[in-house]
Amino acid sequence: MSLIAAENIHKDYKTGEVTVKALKGLNFAIAPASFVSFVGPSGSGKTTLLNLIGCLDKPTEGKLTVADTDVLHLSRKQSASFRGNNIGFIFQDFNLIPVLTVYENIEYPLLMVQSAPAAERKKRVTALLDAVGMIAQKDKYPDQISGGQKQRVAVARALVTNPKLVLADEPTANLDHKTAYMVIELMKKMRDEFGTTFIFSTHDQKIVGEAEIIYVLEDGELKGKEVKGGKNNG
Amino acid sequence: MGNLFKIAIRNLLRYKRRTLLTASLITVGVVFVLVFISVSGSFKNMMIGQITDSMMGHLQVHRKGYVASIENLPLNLNLKSSAVTRLENILNKQQEITAYSPRIKFGGMFSNFVETTNIRLNGIYPDKELKTVPLLASRIIEGKKNLEKGGIWIPELLAKGMKVKVGDTIVVVATNKDGSVNGKQFIVAGVLESATGPGGRDGYVHIDDAIEVLRMEDIEISEVAIRLRDFGKLNAFSKKMDSLLSEELNQQDKPVFELHTWEKLSPFYNIARMIDVMTFFIKLMLIAIVLISIMNVMVMAVYERIREIGTIAAIGTLPGKILNMFVIEGFCLGIAGAVIGNIVGIALILILNASKITFNFGQQQGLILQANVTPANIAAISITVIIVSIIASLQPALKASRMEPIKALRHV
Repeated sequence: MSLIAAENIHKDYKTGEVTVKALKGLNFAIAPASFVSFVGPSGSGKTTLLNLIGCLDKPTEGKLTVADTDVLHLSRKQSASFRGNNIGFIFQDFNLIPVLTVYENIEYPLLMVQSAPAAERKKRVTALLDAVGMIAQKDKYPDQISGGQKQRVAVARALVTNPKLVLADEPTANLDHKTAYMVIELMKKMRDEFGTTFIFSTHDQKIVGEAEIIYVLEDGELKGKEVKGGKNNG
Repeated sequence: MGNLFKIAIRNLLRYKRRTLLTASLITVGVVFVLVFISVSGSFKNMMIGQITDSMMGHLQVHRKGYVASIENLPLNLNLKSSAVTRLENILNKQQEITAYSPRIKFGGMFSNFVETTNIRLNGIYPDKELKTVPLLASRIIEGKKNLEKGGIWIPELLAKGMKVKVGDTIVVVATNKDGSVNGKQFIVAGVLESATGPGGRDGYVHIDDAIEVLRMEDIEISEVAIRLRDFGKLNAFSKKMDSLLSEELNQQDKPVFELHTWEKLSPFYNIARMIDVMTFFIKLMLIAIVLISIMNVMVMAVYERIREIGTIAAIGTLPGKILNMFVIEGFCLGIAGAVIGNIVGIALILILNASKITFNFGQQQGLILQANVTPANIAAISITVIIVSIIASLQPALKASRMEPIKALRHV
């Protein structure tokens, strides 16, 4: 059973008279609890594909199922609700909310998206703060912590709603190699601990090696797939 | 909801200087409106009080057609005694009336035996008149506050011009409705401070003396001034009385009486209306200040936080919640401006009152400004500011809530 099933996915962008074919007939399936990376040069379609999987955009053609939901036909409000309950996001620039503390940033999706009760919020946020090693910084604001720490907070925020899937678009692009490696290790640890599927895009070859399944994208087409391990990826 | 407020307040505090400037602008607007309303309103009420409580009463009843010729004081348009009795029967049954005063108004010649001038006089029942226009007594600057038969209260300017003082004997000569002339000696019993408005320079004699001077065989009344228990019910009572009086017909089946409120008899009503119009425009200015300043700050806030909006939308925040976040920011700004503005405004009003600022109105000198603002005024201004703040935030908030997360996340 796949968590994500993509059949003949196309995505076109129109810029004035010109139509740019960003994705050209992609077919793939990703099992639950996978640790997947999409690699490729700039403009290969990695971000476009993650946006489609994350229900932030819709394919021009094809069928895309995420967590048993045909995401093509979701309304704007349904998409938001679906993302809030099923998908976590990690951004290249961390995108933490500057007026909220580390604790409050992690708590935000539970509070504003899922409206979880206070006791439940406290339990889950504290557990994740502990898991990402940020308990000591919980009362600090994003501008008071380092880039690596911000990305740890972003990982915790992405996981706090117990999503089936976490999407990370170039999560290590703004980090030094050591920190980047630590963040990827943290993501892997979280996958092991919570059974969440992680999909990330990168063009850093050293980081790519940490993924268990690697899809290679070039000019909007899947040029290869490498399986390096994982429980459900045989 | 509490968390939305927490986030909104923190976002406002993120740009302290901008928030402070916007809140200050709203505060200044609220203070300006509050002080203007209190000062102009107090001035208006004081003037209305002076006019109704020292001269006119709240309403007046005349014989039909009298008011059209009121400047001539037409004696042939007085109410006959039978009509007065019918009118008094109606007035006595009205719970809203606290007092009424029948008057005979006539013009005459005033002589100090050396010089002669003209004078407008009111023949009154002193006790009824003082109950109907209680401030009349306070206008007596010299002499007795009780008018007895044979006495006359004369206006200050006449007393000065004719060089007469309290206790002097003078003669009033008047022509009655048949054209015959009669005169009567009076003792000056009091000198009245002049007042602005109709009747402000009239003299007063006892009604029995007026009957004698005018050689009336039976009492004939020019007007009946009425004082209500609650001035706020003037319009409602006027409608009720209009309906009651319209049933009183003469032998030709025409109405006997006509009823006028002070507004229709005093030119000051137009000034009062102008004050109301000015107040309305001042309120419009406040609305414009709040609308533009909050819309400006919220448009800036949305523009500066596009990526943040993209992030919260991407992680599943529903559009309605994003809308609420920004509307609450505008709402908080409005609340802050309204609260601080009200506090500063009330403090200013207290300072104004403590300063005992005086002003002149027509012949009345040294009136003390008593600015006051009612809780209803404060509530109306605050609610206006808050509603306008919400309206001003709506457009930027709608823009934020409708943003495509993917485009917002790409924004640099």
